Amino acid sequence: MASRSNRVLPGFGLSLGYTLVYLSLIVLIPLAAVFVKSSSLGFEQFWNVVTAPTVVASYKLSFGASLLAASINAVFGLMLAWALVRYSFPGKRLVDALVDLPFALPTAVAGIALTALYAPNGWVGQHLEPLGIKVAFTPLGVLVALIFIGLPFVVRTVQPILEDLDTEYEEAAVSLGANRWQAFRHVVFPTLMPALLTGFAMAFARAVGEYGSVIFIAGNIPMVSEITPLMIITKLEQYDYAGATAIAVVMLVFSFTLLLAINGLQAWTAKRTGRER
Amino acid sequence: MSGAAAVLKASSGNAGGRSTRYEANAATREPAWVKWSILGVSLTFFAVFLLMPLVAVFVEAFRKGWDTYLAALIEPDALSAIKLTLIAALISVPLNLVFGVAAAWSITKFDFPGKHLLITFIDLPFSVSPVVAGLIYVLVFGAQGWFGPWLSDHDVKIIFAVPGIVLATVFVTFPFVARELIPLMEAQGKDEEEAAVVLGARGWQTFWHVTLPNVKWGLLYGVILCNARAMGEFGAVSVVSGHIRGLTNTMPLHVEILYNEYQFAAAFAVASVLALLALVTLAVKVWVEKRAGAAGAREE
Repeated sequence: MASRSNRVLPGFGLSLGYTLVYLSLIVLIPLAAVFVKSSSLGFEQFWNVVTAPTVVASYKLSFGASLLAASINAVFGLMLAWALVRYSFPGKRLVDALVDLPFALPTAVAGIALTALYAPNGWVGQHLEPLGIKVAFTPLGVLVALIFIGLPFVVRTVQPILEDLDTEYEEAAVSLGANRWQAFRHVVFPTLMPALLTGFAMAFARAVGEYGSVIFIAGNIPMVSEITPLMIITKLEQYDYAGATAIAVVMLVFSFTLLLAINGLQAWTAKRTGRER
Repeated sequence: MSGAAAVLKASSGNAGGRSTRYEANAATREPAWVKWSILGVSLTFFAVFLLMPLVAVFVEAFRKGWDTYLAALIEPDALSAIKLTLIAALISVPLNLVFGVAAAWSITKFDFPGKHLLITFIDLPFSVSPVVAGLIYVLVFGAQGWFGPWLSDHDVKIIFAVPGIVLATVFVTFPFVARELIPLMEAQGKDEEEAAVVLGARGWQTFWHVTLPNVKWGLLYGVILCNARAMGEFGAVSVVSGHIRGLTNTMPLHVEILYNEYQFAAAFAVASVLALLALVTLAVKVWVEKRAGAAGAREE
């Protein structure tokens, strides 16, 4: 049996036991509470809560803006990753380091900073106002915040794949008569595709659940700029625990589905590029 | 490995050197207008969406001068928020550090069924909305929750009190250390540890003297990231905190309160401290990557 030789090292029982107990106490049991609590609602009640008009409006905003933000990040994130890997320019190291800013900057800080920029009297907002474009306190503001938090996911999944990509393939393509665009379209892009999709899915998943950076700039106007996580907060503030839980179940089911998809995508990336994930 | 090769490897880790190689190669070089368009568009995007918010935090913080800035930070509610943020981080980071090491040890050094499922479960907190993360603890420990009646009988307060804030912080920072360590220790394999054990080292000695030196930079980075998130968490903590001024406000919650009271300069002053923490985190990341890269080059 293969595992016999593995047990040369000590501590299997202790480390795995501790991992499982801690995981259950902190994550699994509390998460199970959501599903148990929601089952105290009958199906009809559950359905009424999760399909109430304000809640449905919040899904449309949360999912729509997240999808759009992730798509925008996929395009510009790919370009930024390309610039960081393929070109040299002054300040490149600084740009490279700051790409991770949304991971490190507290979401509330990002939220108030973006609001200050895009408010009608802000640095950016005052130039958009005369053009009739309102960003802060509209769904457009939600989009801006979601672009901010999603960008590093795309750059950081594409960048390592691009760095590892052997130039031989592009050289072969060129020697076979491909022009630069054809080489990119048919040689480079298919290799990057799984990583790009992974980054897109991660940015999307993060955006749907995002709260801190969005609520300041969103303005939280019912039916217009209320995101789904805010609906949970609103229900909690009204002591409607069952209602909050029902919406949480919808969000959790969605997150778990997306998590499975991301795992599948990462396995695909690993297969396509031979990289360990 | 010879010294010259090591230098080569180290210089290929240099981002500048590598991109010149792409630009010197006719097969991987774009026409100049394409290059400048990509650079222009992507860097403008970067500047508008990432750089400007960062700069705005500091400009707004100092808009009313140093005195207002300092006053906002040494005011009692701000100080108690800073204290609570430090407490939450000081408890949650070590807990998740120990968990991360245990999880990485069991996952990378042994084979057992269900390993991939376990890794997926460890990642769960990353894919759960922070608001839901707060909610789950309300459902378990809140007044109407599973343990609510028992807790109130014994006069223990978890939700709307410090323990709830710590729990929510532990949840949202749960995977950080494990996530950094698992791929690193996987790549290291277990040959070195097995050799140490065969030569008579005990378990802890093997860990301290063989495993830890190999993964110390990754471990440090995991801890730093974990700490940044612990100090900056907003959504999850906001649900369980109850926003009691001077008692259950962390720094991000204090920022929110000041902002909602239109004390913008003060809100941005506290926010700038958190932004500074984020910048330090990023600087440590760059430094750790450099050290890890140098160590990798030496070994080969």
